[in-house]
Amino acid sequence: MGKKSVIPFGPQHPVLPEPLHLDLVVEDEVVIEAVPQIGFVHRGLERLVQTKDYNQFIYVAERICGICAFGHSMGYAETVERLMGVEIPKRAEYLRVIWHELSRVHSHILWLGLAADAFGHEALFMHCWRLRERVLDLFEKTTGGRVIFSVVKVGGVQRDIDKDMFDQFISTLEGIKDEYKQICDAFLTDPSVYNRTAGVGLIPTEDALNLSMVGPFARASNVGYDVRTLGNGAYGDLSDFSPIVSQNCDCYARMEVRAAEVPQSIDIIEELIAKIPAGDIAVPVKGSPAVDSEACNVVEQPRGECFYYAKGNGTKYLDRMRMRTPTSQNLAGMAVALEGCDVADVNMIVLTIDPCISCTER
Amino acid sequence: MGAFKLGKMTFGSLFKKPETVLYPVVTKPQPAGLKGHIAIDVDDCILCGMCDRSCSTDCIRVDKQARTWTIDRLQCVQCGYCITVCPKKCLSMDPNYAPASTVHEADVFAVPEQAKPEKKAETKTPEPAPAVEKAAESPVEQHADEQLVALIGLMDEEKAAKVRSALSM
Repeated sequence: MGKKSVIPFGPQHPVLPEPLHLDLVVEDEVVIEAVPQIGFVHRGLERLVQTKDYNQFIYVAERICGICAFGHSMGYAETVERLMGVEIPKRAEYLRVIWHELSRVHSHILWLGLAADAFGHEALFMHCWRLRERVLDLFEKTTGGRVIFSVVKVGGVQRDIDKDMFDQFISTLEGIKDEYKQICDAFLTDPSVYNRTAGVGLIPTEDALNLSMVGPFARASNVGYDVRTLGNGAYGDLSDFSPIVSQNCDCYARMEVRAAEVPQSIDIIEELIAKIPAGDIAVPVKGSPAVDSEACNVVEQPRGECFYYAKGNGTKYLDRMRMRTPTSQNLAGMAVALEGCDVADVNMIVLTIDPCISCTER
Repeated sequence: MGAFKLGKMTFGSLFKKPETVLYPVVTKPQPAGLKGHIAIDVDDCILCGMCDRSCSTDCIRVDKQARTWTIDRLQCVQCGYCITVCPKKCLSMDPNYAPASTVHEADVFAVPEQAKPEKKAETKTPEPAPAVEKAAESPVEQHADEQLVALIGLMDEEKAAKVRSALSM
């Protein structure tokens, strides 16, 4: 029996892109308990909904997180549209989903690069980010922004994509596929990566369900829950969609699931581009949400289900806007995964859970 | 063995052009729709202030008295909402980024003095006569005038005199 000691981990740590503090109770190099603490980047964005009107707040919503920027603007706009009973054109729904899936591709490739950097494979990190750059170029050409797009509005979208640009989408994504396969090969079949991640940070299916984990992290623990299966918006028009799950429940499974979701998203984009109907991209939205009107919405962000709630008060300023982000659900699972692991594995476990603290604290 | 997993890709990179460009000697072409900075066509601006009121970061100031349109570039987030609300469509998104600055100061655009008087001279000189005729013809405006006279009649003499002089009745 060794002596128990507490090792502080974060909020500033090379493996963490965002500030998260963990108190690691350690005994003989083994973590007995991990106590997460957040609160370093709280910005009070939800309070701003009372000072910005519902059209202006969309630009605040997309700044909640840099990676899920499009998802947040889409989730917020859909919630306000439900609040006001607005039905948007079919083409706008398709465009939203295409951009959203594209942001999932860039988010997952970014994360794979960060994971490679964390276990010391810098060449792989460079290759991942090189591919991500091509996706960002598509965003830049179609929305005018690389990270913050400001392309969604209540009632539809601000910009349309023409056929030439869709052809560019297809050629770029097809070009990525081959190189991405080689990168995945390095991730998933390389023994050095496998030995570092397999059997590490186990989150059993029961724990994932009990702790209400969401997203690829729950799916890696064999929980087949994906909001996209609900068929909101253009997701309902997909010919076939089934969430990717793994039964291994460890860091390797989480990496495997996220790696496999990129080709799945590319397939969704290609299918929707083939099916996209012609027509308007937005409808005019007049008036304000009714007094005491309430609306809820869920969106599958790259990190999992994000829940939105909005309440109107008869003016153009909403009474309340709440979001429950995927990381707030997954932090509990991370504490479970850290129990009993080696101190050296903490980095990998935290990284494979990929906590987004900016989303969580808002 | 692990080092060879990326071998094909790494070896292939030797014969490809570099992904990056030699900035600042070479710059990447900017797409047409890039969110660079907000530009204004001052000749079309009517200083209505819609952009000022709708700006979510409060970076635009419209001063009707001084006839200026001011934007704080460091505060602007290029969301483009002002462009969508502008009734005269005189605001646009320029694909070039605003140049770097060492001091925090706002860009002030003077709405040219000659533009408005010319417009007034062009539009207002022929218009007053028909406008008066219309006022005389229009039953709604006639009714409004009658209401105004009635309202003035209800005021005390001092106040009524002030209102009459203000309206030059």
